[in-house]
Amino acid sequence: MNNTVQIDKTIDARGMACPGPLMNLIGAIRQGEVGQTFDVLSSDEGSKTDIPAWVAKAKHELIEVRPDAGFTHFIVRKVR
Amino acid sequence: MDEQEKPLSLVLFSGTDDKLNAAAVLTVGAAAMGRPVNVFLQYYALDAFRAGRVHADHALSPEATREQSPVVRAHPGAHWSDLLQQAKEVGEVNIQACALSMDMFHLTRGDLDPLVDGVEGVAAFMASVGDGQVLFV
Repeated sequence: MNNTVQIDKTIDARGMACPGPLMNLIGAIRQGEVGQTFDVLSSDEGSKTDIPAWVAKAKHELIEVRPDAGFTHFIVRKVR
Repeated sequence: MDEQEKPLSLVLFSGTDDKLNAAAVLTVGAAAMGRPVNVFLQYYALDAFRAGRVHADHALSPEATREQSPVVRAHPGAHWSDLLQQAKEVGEVNIQACALSMDMFHLTRGDLDPLVDGVEGVAAFMASVGDGQVLFV
C-alpha cells in the first residue's frame, strides 16, 4: 500500500458475486459521511465496470482503481 | 441522481429460480443507477412470491442443460429475494401482483411475501410504465 490517500473504511467484498461488491459500497456510502474514503476490495469482474459507472452516476469521486493479487481496489470518496 | 430517470418495467412470468435471479439482477442494477423499477408478477412468477415459499426450490428453466444445471445451482450469488430487497433499499422499486393471476391461483394479498407491494390490474401497471419499455421474462 504505497497510496497517499487515507482510507476511512475498507469493504472486503472479495469472493462476492456481482453485484454484491457494488451493493456493499452503496450501503457503506449511505451510512458514511461526506469526505470519507472507502476502499472496496473485489474479485468480481463486473465491479470493474459497475463501480466506476455507479460512482459517476451518483456523483462521488473514484480516486483510484488498483489491481492487487487476484482482486482490485476501488478507492472512492463520498462527495455529497 | 437528481434528474428524473426513465423507469424499467419488468413483467415476470416465469417462476424458475434462474429467470427470477436474472430479473432481480436487472432490478437491483437499475435501482442502483437511479431508475425506478416496476415489476408485475404473473403466472408462475407470482406463485414463487407466495409467503413462505420464496426460498423453496423453484427449479431451472427448460433451456438449462444437464451440464449447466449443476453449475447454475452451485453459483454462490445472492438469492433473488435478497437482491430484490437490496433493490428496494437503494432505489424505488414497486412490485405488484397481477390481479388476474391472483384470481387464477385463488390467492389473496395475505398469501404473498412482504416483498410484494400490492395487487393491481394490467391497466394500472401500464399507467406506471408510461411510455417506457416493458421487458417480459
